[in-house]
Amino acid sequence: MTAIAPVEPVEWDPADDIPIVLDKRQTGADRAFRILLGSSGAIVLVLLVGMLTFLGVKSWWALKTFKLDFFTGTVWSTPIHPGVLGILVGSVLIAVIAIAVALPVALSIALMINEYAPPRFRGWLTGLVDLLAVIPSIVFGFWGLEALNRYMNGPVSWLADHLGFIPIFRTTEPGNYADSVFICGLIVAIMIVPVVASVSREVMAQAPRDACEAALGLGGTKWGTVTDVILPFARNGIVGGALLGISRALGETMAVVLVLSSSNAVSKAILGPGNGDVAKQIADTFPVSGIHSQSELTLAGLTLFGTTLLFSLGGRVIAGRAARSAS
Amino acid sequence: MSQSVLDPPTAAPAEPDRPQRKRRATNEGVVEIVGSAVAAVATIWLVFAIDGVTAWFGLFFCSYLLFFTLYGIVSWRKYGVLRMKDRLATVAVWSGAVLALVVLLAVVSYVTVKGLPVVLSKFPSFLIHDMTGGKNGNTFGVGAAIVGTVEQVALATVISVPIAYLTATYMVESRSPLARVVRNVVDAMTGTPSIIAGLFMYTIWVVPHGVNGKSGFIAAITLSIMMLPVTCRAALEVIRIVPGSLREAALALGAPQWRVVLRVVIPTARVGLITAAILGVARTAGETAEVLFTAGGGPHYNFNPFQGNQDDLPLRIYEQVFQPSAQAISIGWGAAFVLMVVVLALFILARLVGSSGSMFRVPRRSRSTVEDP
Repeated sequence: MTAIAPVEPVEWDPADDIPIVLDKRQTGADRAFRILLGSSGAIVLVLLVGMLTFLGVKSWWALKTFKLDFFTGTVWSTPIHPGVLGILVGSVLIAVIAIAVALPVALSIALMINEYAPPRFRGWLTGLVDLLAVIPSIVFGFWGLEALNRYMNGPVSWLADHLGFIPIFRTTEPGNYADSVFICGLIVAIMIVPVVASVSREVMAQAPRDACEAALGLGGTKWGTVTDVILPFARNGIVGGALLGISRALGETMAVVLVLSSSNAVSKAILGPGNGDVAKQIADTFPVSGIHSQSELTLAGLTLFGTTLLFSLGGRVIAGRAARSAS
Repeated sequence: MSQSVLDPPTAAPAEPDRPQRKRRATNEGVVEIVGSAVAAVATIWLVFAIDGVTAWFGLFFCSYLLFFTLYGIVSWRKYGVLRMKDRLATVAVWSGAVLALVVLLAVVSYVTVKGLPVVLSKFPSFLIHDMTGGKNGNTFGVGAAIVGTVEQVALATVISVPIAYLTATYMVESRSPLARVVRNVVDAMTGTPSIIAGLFMYTIWVVPHGVNGKSGFIAAITLSIMMLPVTCRAALEVIRIVPGSLREAALALGAPQWRVVLRVVIPTARVGLITAAILGVARTAGETAEVLFTAGGGPHYNFNPFQGNQDDLPLRIYEQVFQPSAQAISIGWGAAFVLMVVVLALFILARLVGSSGSMFRVPRRSRSTVEDP
């Protein structure tokens, strides 16, 4: 029989049992670290605010001189009559054409990768789409100038000849179909397809698999699953992706600079020359302009910046809401 | 009752339970789709031939429409409306995706077909010579542009990547309301039209400094304005998914916040952080609008990014595009090809780095296990 040593009763006084006081103060190193982090965040903040303020100051003269006329004028002729619509409408048209072409195509890429392609190719296809998103815009512009203009001449002239009764296909200069807003829109569409596809694919991938399987199990077709489960679920994400695409398209510079023919007035004929573009106007004329024209161009740039911000922040908010509701 | 449960199964299954394997396409399905396609192409081709129209785009487009209709009718007659919709949707999704990928790959291959021969025909010299023409006045190359791009992007990386990492860390680690604002600002900056950044640096620096204002360094600063948000967002995504348990474990052991970030969070996310930086570099190397007003360009070699005009690849392409001679344009294609290869290679590198190391691998213990007090 082994003896168990009796436990000595420990003498203790409840009064001695004081909780340890933790020193909650930050150490000096921690404070310095936080200041470092905070200041780098502040740099970013200052950068954007600084950019806006500086450009604002630069464009103040134009705003003061032309006031509302600047934003309502439809012909851009610096320095006397700068109407920003004369060049902004072109930018917007390009973005609209681009998103109209890119959205269905991007959605089919997203659906194809997620639902239709064999699973083992999924990673590869996703990588390929992301890869295509980093091709520089000047390369696309060069391609559009040299190749797409030529390829599209036939179809576009057919459109103009046979569907010319539709206002948007009417043309002022028959036979001259190169370097148009339409061609630019197509190029920009090709550029934003990977962006929109990548965002919407990610959201679609989060659609609840059990709901999809339930739909299939109830005898639904694959397309039924897509329209009734995946698309409603991913709606916000798709809208967010599309808005991001539009903001990309609006801010796109080089492809448009290379391809679009110069113009300064609004034109309904998207197939032919006509319609300017803010980014192109700045890139082409800013360094050779006088001080007043520069101020006007800066204001036009700010207007474009504002429009872009509207779309990109809206896109982020909506896509963010989609991500939150998904999780 | 319990007896029957404990009994061994009376009849073992004769065959192991194999999952049913569905056949992808029955012969019938293949016949239907191929038949519709052939019928459509043949019909349209016949109509076009009778009319004497030769338009490849139109032929393709009309054939596709007819094929779509025919295939729809066949499926509808045979399987009903539901299957018809499903099959047509499958065709539409596949053709849309394939069309887009084909067009995108066509761009890549067009640039390759135009640019690769230019690079190869004068192989090393195209990458070495500048645009002054050399001794015989006819050897052109993009060497100066490559030097410029490398220096400008390297400088932009040095400027923007540390700020991007710190800002991303700030957004994750700080709970101040300012962090949210910064987050939105970064989002907003990713949508900045690139020409605006160029315009900004041009008015703030180049105009006051006149002819000497443009330089590789100014271009690098402009590029970093665009690179910062891209890298920052990518870094944010990586830092955010560092498991909170790692952080809490370190904090519970009494580590101050700066040590937690430097010794736990950053090492855990390092692979993703490197990927973020390479992504930023890849996105920035091809940016043109920023350097348009700020780098200055020029045909000569200029190794000093801090003084004098400097060429770079996007700017070189831009210069060549509007030249009248075919030779000049072919140099542009060569430059475009080099730029595309550089950017794609960087992107693939980012992917390889990103997938090679597991993101959550706990960092190996450093040699000195005893930490300084």
